[in-house]
Amino acid sequence: MKKNLRNDLFVISKLINDREKILDVGCGSGNLLDFLLKTKKVDCRGIEISQSGVNECVKKGLSVIQGDANYDLDDYPSNAFSTVILSQTIQAMIFPDAVIKNLIRIGRRAIISFPNFGYWKVRKDLLVRGKMPKNDILPYEWFDTPNIHLCSCKDFQIFCEKNKIIIEKFMCLSEKGNQMKTNYFSNFFAYQVIFSVSKNKKS
Amino acid sequence: MKSLILTDKFKIKNSIKLDSGEYIDSCEVAFKTFGELNKKKTNAILVCHALSGDQFCSEINPLTKKKGWWNILIGPGKVIDTNIFFVVCSNVLGGCMGSTGPSSINPNTKTNYGLNFPVITISDMVKVQEKLVSGLGIKKLFAVIGGSMGGMQTLEWATRFSSKVNVAIPIATSYRHSAQNIAFHEIGRQAIMADPVWNKGNYYKSKKEPKGGLSVARMIAHITYLSEHALQRKFGRNLQNSNFFSFNFDTDFQIESYLKHQGSSFVERFDANSYLYITKAMDYFDLSCRKGGLSGVFKNSNVNFCFFTFTSDWLFPTSETKTIIKSLNSSNSLVSFVEVKTDKGHDAFLLEEPEFHATLKGFIEGQIGKHGI
Repeated sequence: MKKNLRNDLFVISKLINDREKILDVGCGSGNLLDFLLKTKKVDCRGIEISQSGVNECVKKGLSVIQGDANYDLDDYPSNAFSTVILSQTIQAMIFPDAVIKNLIRIGRRAIISFPNFGYWKVRKDLLVRGKMPKNDILPYEWFDTPNIHLCSCKDFQIFCEKNKIIIEKFMCLSEKGNQMKTNYFSNFFAYQVIFSVSKNKKS
Repeated sequence: MKSLILTDKFKIKNSIKLDSGEYIDSCEVAFKTFGELNKKKTNAILVCHALSGDQFCSEINPLTKKKGWWNILIGPGKVIDTNIFFVVCSNVLGGCMGSTGPSSINPNTKTNYGLNFPVITISDMVKVQEKLVSGLGIKKLFAVIGGSMGGMQTLEWATRFSSKVNVAIPIATSYRHSAQNIAFHEIGRQAIMADPVWNKGNYYKSKKEPKGGLSVARMIAHITYLSEHALQRKFGRNLQNSNFFSFNFDTDFQIESYLKHQGSSFVERFDANSYLYITKAMDYFDLSCRKGGLSGVFKNSNVNFCFFTFTSDWLFPTSETKTIIKSLNSSNSLVSFVEVKTDKGHDAFLLEEPEFHATLKGFIEGQIGKHGI
């Protein structure tokens, strides 16, 4: 089963408890939801922008709405889900700040994964080669990339702090997809990062 | 009207109370089935037709000798596979293809109903369909599917009889008729009623039908089924017969000829009074004014929804469906939704639309996996 799942999705799946209520924003072809449905018996929904993705999802029997996370999250009621997942999508959002705030409004927690722009090889691409960074999870050319709001691990942590968003968990993946210990140097060594965040209950 | 052949009829013994408070006695439902009902009676799909549709959704329509209106989608090996499913399609209450409507004989007076036929609603149509479905021994439908007015019926099924439906597939439809939609319908009705032959609905004995009025009604409505882009692409300013203007009021443009053809072929198969009644039923439809509002009607529903809209459909635009989806989301329903890119307008639901068909096929397969049949 795991083989079908992207490494970051598998790590995310381990954070999900049995019978949770899940919303996967940008669920693609529904592999994560399908996996969670079968292994954790979750009650799940998805939003996907591409018609081909929605096709794949409905074929799996999943309930998925064709929509744009930039605009359609406003329609969801508050606290409707226990966990809202946004994997490898935040960097392509037009309004990432509004999206993150919506995620923690809709769900009791949000799990957000993204490519770490602070990764040393990304820095090297610019510093040594003087070119826009490219790798497996940032495969695009500068002119055709959908990734318009890339950030580093540190950027995200500062954003959370400023917006009084609580970071419950923070995980790092290596370029090979293995989970790494987090430490002070994570922003330099982590290829991908996964944050589990929630709203500050006092605010 | 031509006499009816090759259609099954189901008689409802008890009188039916309508939303208006009136009753209909000895109501008949004309229907067609395709495929076979399995032993457990779990493979039935109810297909709901649109305003001008009929029960002949698949195969060849015995009256027009043309392919059924959804033959592209329904049949052996097709998206709605009649090798797997038992498809039921009935003519709506108020229709003119064999179900009780204004052209039927009133059993109490032995003459055609005409305007003595009570005004009906979408939920009246569905109440009658439910009697038919129960009469066929089906306790729970695998799915209800329909486009446009058929989509309204599908939504009605999913709210009124939610325990009798596993899957609802409303296509190119809305939870209510908008002011613009009502306006277009009213013009159509006025065109019919302005036809002197209409005679306050009393034309059945005169051997003449208000074809002029009905034809204009159909021509107006037909424009709303297309998109500006599709009209321009298909017809542009092309002339019908020559390279010159006629400088009279005959048909100059191809679009004029096309609309006239739509009008004149429609009046051969449709009753003007039925048109009045059915358009009115659509205009009255509004799920949001039910108890609890739009979210209320879907509360605790276990129905699996899959909505389809089409980008160029300005009669039932995507925004209408998104409003329903918002309510379904807030009531924790199982809902999928796809907006199909096309320039074919509202009528796209009846036409060859590979993306629409592929997604629908996938959804149905996914639901077979989920519910079994």
